Amino acid sequence: MSRFVAFARSLPLSGRIGLALVLFWLVTAIAGPLVAPYTVGAFVDYEVFSGASRRFWLGSDYLGRDVLSRLLWGARYTIFLALGAALIASATGTTLALLAAIKGGWVDELLSRAMDTLISIPSKIFALVLVAAFGSSLGLLMLIPAITYTPGNFRIARALAMNLVALDFVQVAQARGEGAVHIALREVLPNMIHPWLADLGLRFVFIVLLLSGLSFLGLGVQPPYADLGSLVRENISGLPEGALAILMPAVAIATLTVGANLVIDALKPVEDRT
Amino acid sequence: MAATAAPRSALVGIMPLVLRRIGSALLTLFLVSAVIFTISGLLPGDAAQETLGQSATPEQVAALRHEMGLDRPALTRYAEWLEGIVQGDPGQSLVANMPVRDIIAERLPNSLMLAGITALLAAPLALSIGIVSAINRGGTLDRTLNIATLSMVAVPEFLVATIGVLIFSVKLLWLPSIALVSDEATWGELLRSIALPVLTLAVVVMAQMARMTRAAVADQLDRPYVEMARLKGLTFRRIVLSHVLPNAIGPIINAMALSLSYLMGGAIIVETIFNFPGLASLMVNAVTSRDMPLLQACAMIFCAAYLMLMLFADVVAILANPRLRAQ
Repeated sequence: MSRFVAFARSLPLSGRIGLALVLFWLVTAIAGPLVAPYTVGAFVDYEVFSGASRRFWLGSDYLGRDVLSRLLWGARYTIFLALGAALIASATGTTLALLAAIKGGWVDELLSRAMDTLISIPSKIFALVLVAAFGSSLGLLMLIPAITYTPGNFRIARALAMNLVALDFVQVAQARGEGAVHIALREVLPNMIHPWLADLGLRFVFIVLLLSGLSFLGLGVQPPYADLGSLVRENISGLPEGALAILMPAVAIATLTVGANLVIDALKPVEDRT
Repeated sequence: MAATAAPRSALVGIMPLVLRRIGSALLTLFLVSAVIFTISGLLPGDAAQETLGQSATPEQVAALRHEMGLDRPALTRYAEWLEGIVQGDPGQSLVANMPVRDIIAERLPNSLMLAGITALLAAPLALSIGIVSAINRGGTLDRTLNIATLSMVAVPEFLVATIGVLIFSVKLLWLPSIALVSDEATWGELLRSIALPVLTLAVVVMAQMARMTRAAVADQLDRPYVEMARLKGLTFRRIVLSHVLPNAIGPIINAMALSLSYLMGGAIIVETIFNFPGLASLMVNAVTSRDMPLLQACAMIFCAAYLMLMLFADVVAILANPRLRAQ
């Protein structure tokens, strides 16, 4: 805990704000539904798109449901789906990258060619083709962004691992007769963990945006479930009145992704902060 | 070196390299077509089943499958499909029942116009922001612009669009919230109706472009020749205008081409929100109606456009940096 406080103190102001936002949303995703004042699908207000009141802190939506409760549940879907997808993408990409870097030769050639091909398909286009082919159940919505963002992670992890494999301590380990698994997990991986974490964070942001975009188009999370993007979509008719029901979910996504980006930016060494 | 002798010989000198890059891009596009065809052909139910619905007898489905050619081997179908794409005839739309080529021919110019106007608007602004923050590196202005562009990159396109609609169409009543593009519209009407889509896209692309421009210029400022010029006693203004910018033009154009690829992702959301009759909203409709021939053709066009941008960025980088030619 004290290490965490020291870490937070080492960040510039923008980084601390970002960290606070990310922590807030993580806690919301975990605990939010427990404190939600109403059942998520219940029609509780006779008025639609009502403003903030004591009974409904963020007003009601287009069917008279409580926006706060729906937001707390929606955040859980958005964040858990994106986190799961980012972890799958990074784990797959990095495993393949370590394989390519350590085996070299035709394994590297083949994997790099395949990943270069996939990375040449713009991520939203790729996701649309995958959704058209497989549909969009919750499980698939975790897999589709994971597939879409694996090549990007592979490319970065491979570059990091390639640099490390050429270093003396890995050469020594190889001369010692260590197996490929030992070299990958004990020698290479621990030395690329920081840039790897930054990449994981970036991928999380991309995936949140991709998922929200898909849901906004009606191709992502399907009713009765709703993530933050679907909340924006279903309340779009409240736009002319500037209803909280449409503004709050959109603001929620923005604070989450901007927060994560601020933390990642603050972690970069000062020289290459761009 | 031949490269320094005359511009003409420099161009000739890099021709093999450029040709190799073009070849590599074409190979990638070929592999991409295989990926897209495979994924969109993996459907559990196929187009024949889809067209006839649940009540169709197996015989009817088999007959239609035969008629549509779906009962032939996948490789044959892929070869025919690829041949069609190359010849500019990607088949028949399953939903609209007209040639995919005609549907796309109607939509493509609209999307190109949207992208063109957005690029014209975003590029100069992004360039100024990028250069100004690079030469004020570490200063308050740079840090403010950094946070601003960083946030814009992370905000979903539909938030920018909804805020735009709220301000300009709902509160101020200046601009329409639906983009109608018709042949009879005058230029003024056209510009008014596409103003919001263009603004939204420009904001999204501009942030990315400004960040990459800043990185390109900042990278030049760290070079030894800048220190040399400073030691010679040149003013900072002079260093930037006559030493740094000429050297940074290549990297800047490279950065701009790369960030223009963000237009595609943005266009999917923006065209849909504003009901803009372009290629991206066409593709979203194709996903909803599972119109595979149309979807495949749209995806191929986007991938080809993306690869062309990357190729352009690559060639500019080679032209700008003689050392890359040695590879």
